[in-house]
Amino acid sequence: MSPLSRREFVGAGIAGAAGLVIGFYLPHKGAAEKESFSPNAYLRITPDNKVTVVVARSEMGQGVRTALPMILAEELEADWKQIEIEQAGASTLFGDQTTGGSASIRTTWDPMRKAGATAREMLISAAALTWGVPRSTCAAENGHIKHAASNRSFSYGDLVAKASTLPIPSDVTLKQSKDYKIVGQRLARVDSPAKVKGEAVFGIDFRMPGMKYAVLSRCPVIGGKVTSFDDKDSKKIAGVSYVGKISDSAVAVVAASAWGAMEGRRVLNVTWDEGPNKDLNTAAILASMKQAASKKGVNIYSAGDPAKVSGRKISAEYTLPFMAHAAMEPGNCTASYQGSKCELWAPTQVPQDCRDSVATAVGLDSDQVKVNVTLMGGGFGRRLEHDYAVEAALVSKAINSPVKVVWTREDDMRFSTYRPASIHQLAATLDGSGYPVALTHRLIAPSISGQKGQPVPNGVDPDLPDEAGPVYGIPNYSIEYVMTETPVPLGWMRSVYALQTAFALETFIDELAVAAGKDPVQFRLHLLEKDQDLPYFTTMWKTSRMRGVLQLVADRAGWGKPLPAGRYRGLACFGCFQSYMAEVVEISMENNQPRVHRVVAAVDCGQIVNPSILEQQIQGGIVYGLANALRAKITIEKGRVMQGNFDDYAPLRMEETPVVEVYAVPSVEAPTGIGEPSVPPVAPALCSAIYGATKKRIRALPILS
Amino acid sequence: MADLTLRVNGSEKKVSVSPETPLLWVLRDTLELTGTKFGCGAGLCGACTVHVDGSAIRSCSTPVSQVTGKSITTIEGLSANGLHVLQQAWIAEEVPQCGYCQTGQIMSAAALLATTPNPSDDQITQAMNGNLCRCGTYERIRKAIHRAASGGAR
Repeated sequence: MSPLSRREFVGAGIAGAAGLVIGFYLPHKGAAEKESFSPNAYLRITPDNKVTVVVARSEMGQGVRTALPMILAEELEADWKQIEIEQAGASTLFGDQTTGGSASIRTTWDPMRKAGATAREMLISAAALTWGVPRSTCAAENGHIKHAASNRSFSYGDLVAKASTLPIPSDVTLKQSKDYKIVGQRLARVDSPAKVKGEAVFGIDFRMPGMKYAVLSRCPVIGGKVTSFDDKDSKKIAGVSYVGKISDSAVAVVAASAWGAMEGRRVLNVTWDEGPNKDLNTAAILASMKQAASKKGVNIYSAGDPAKVSGRKISAEYTLPFMAHAAMEPGNCTASYQGSKCELWAPTQVPQDCRDSVATAVGLDSDQVKVNVTLMGGGFGRRLEHDYAVEAALVSKAINSPVKVVWTREDDMRFSTYRPASIHQLAATLDGSGYPVALTHRLIAPSISGQKGQPVPNGVDPDLPDEAGPVYGIPNYSIEYVMTETPVPLGWMRSVYALQTAFALETFIDELAVAAGKDPVQFRLHLLEKDQDLPYFTTMWKTSRMRGVLQLVADRAGWGKPLPAGRYRGLACFGCFQSYMAEVVEISMENNQPRVHRVVAAVDCGQIVNPSILEQQIQGGIVYGLANALRAKITIEKGRVMQGNFDDYAPLRMEETPVVEVYAVPSVEAPTGIGEPSVPPVAPALCSAIYGATKKRIRALPILS
Repeated sequence: MADLTLRVNGSEKKVSVSPETPLLWVLRDTLELTGTKFGCGAGLCGACTVHVDGSAIRSCSTPVSQVTGKSITTIEGLSANGLHVLQQAWIAEEVPQCGYCQTGQIMSAAALLATTPNPSDDQITQAMNGNLCRCGTYERIRKAIHRAASGGAR
């Protein structure tokens, strides 16, 4: 078979059923594009009546290739079936293209709506001018501009030439939620057909003429370096064409196939300088964090003054481990370095960061590096790193040939960037009924951004404003962050610090409810009973909205109603990425281990763009959260990550997966995050249910350690 | 290196590879059938599932020399038009999120339905438990298999 040519590749992944095509963004406009109507970078309408929407976020399963175009199509009054979708690569046209922080909908909601509305208004003007009738007598509907009085109609394609000559309005009126026809509908995902047929091109599936394959040998000890290597045996492996050091810490083996490169690496003999971390282990890391816990931290939320409140006091400490993302598609990237330019095909959440980092690494300017964004087999934050891209570019430069760098599962597990381990110290002062009138939460954890040398304004990790806010209107309430340091590489993993914060806070609240002899739902509702705005950085957390999800989940889960013998419920709520989430977990105990039967989730995330994708995200987040709660734990011994594959770092399997029911509070507020908020409440809700069953309090994750 | 003849998706393919090469890499890199995925390389995740003489096997842990003369079916050959009843059910139930594991899931499900046309929940769990999904689509997979088993309706 001949390698897929570039041209074929661009057309790959045709999603026929919905009449939608997924292509790659081609910045060099051809003749057809010159005749197109393109009032902004997100949209292009051609005379053949094709409406192309450019998606400037990365698709990793969360549905952006469907949901983002829906937002634009709504305002455009487009016929959804005429929409074609292009994936933007790294560009200067779309602002920050980072896909993370549950931010794709919330950050593109305004630009995508305005892009669609602007085009709609211009198409109406074009039709009105052509017909010589007042604008107000024309209306956009289902991909056409109609003039009802004369029963005339233009398709959008008909109006391309005229619309292109008109000035772009700066101020357009956006539709109201009640008039939505596309937003809020369960439209089928555009990427499903290609994915079930095996036609979808993930990063690891990309190929190009002359492409070789590389795997890298990296020092097993964190921070170690290459001293020397002996490639005699590697070069005896059929197909191995190159072995070379491509950075201080890695030796690349290049072959004609991925398997050949892996075999070449298997027999490669590298001598390592194990460096300063060769005796590092998890116990020592936690001990040093524990020591740092006595340091004064930075206040990140403050109400009243907990120190001035007297009464009965309760305190507890919680500990969480390092965790790995373990996306199904191992790390990979393809690069073609050609002297004055470098092109990449990257499964990445950060195309612009890949572009800039590669430019630096291979000595080019950023505009000499082109980054195409492929589909991703999961991201979960791991692909917010640019390491794969830099490796691929360095190898391509070294061998002067296109190359795909492939990581094995063991590479992915051992050379990941890990969710930070953390310690949480909570203390409450109670009133006569056992309700907290003062609460302090000290979050002791290393800073992901700080470790990467990114700004940490005022000693506050920049992720905390999205992930560690207050939930309850407790009058004296402080949250404090104590920044620690660790050599363990840190990364942003689905829900980031919210997982840790919610586990500690919500388990503590459960403990307080038990101590007070009160029902956990009623206990929380009491703490939320007053309508209050809790200001936390740029978010105003509303007790009324948290109360809403709590009441909804309790109602749908049948809270308070008797369960069959041997079944137990637990509940937790939390807010992060501007969304409100509450979950009820229903379990039984089998052989001293929890079996989760059912999870009921309630969310308030503002306006819902696609309810089906919303449900997918919440179901998936809960399964991910259960795996985190039950087993996820990365340990370090002698400076090495001890886990390597899905046997010693075991995700959830079908036999452990509960039924998940999802309910949403109807809302016309601006949409907020949904990829991550369902993850944090799972662990505390599960631990609460386990407490109900066993009277044993779990204060450290994972549960099955 | 050895010259081997494989029967893949109904046609004969000649390949020149080391006989111990896992079938997965011959499919992906030599025959360019990339619908079969690499997930773990150790038979732990099922992303690489294909059929050999109708049975679901893990191609990442199967040396290519073991499957010469046998009938190999990949996701690309599961049906003539890519619309096997399971593939249709997968779309109808909106199963895929990232989609990476789903071809392996579908191949495992197809092998199940071939021997057990109307599987129970327990039979589905047993057949599918070796296929990992990090997006957590398991319950939709279960629904899709039931849908396919009932002829696509639900």
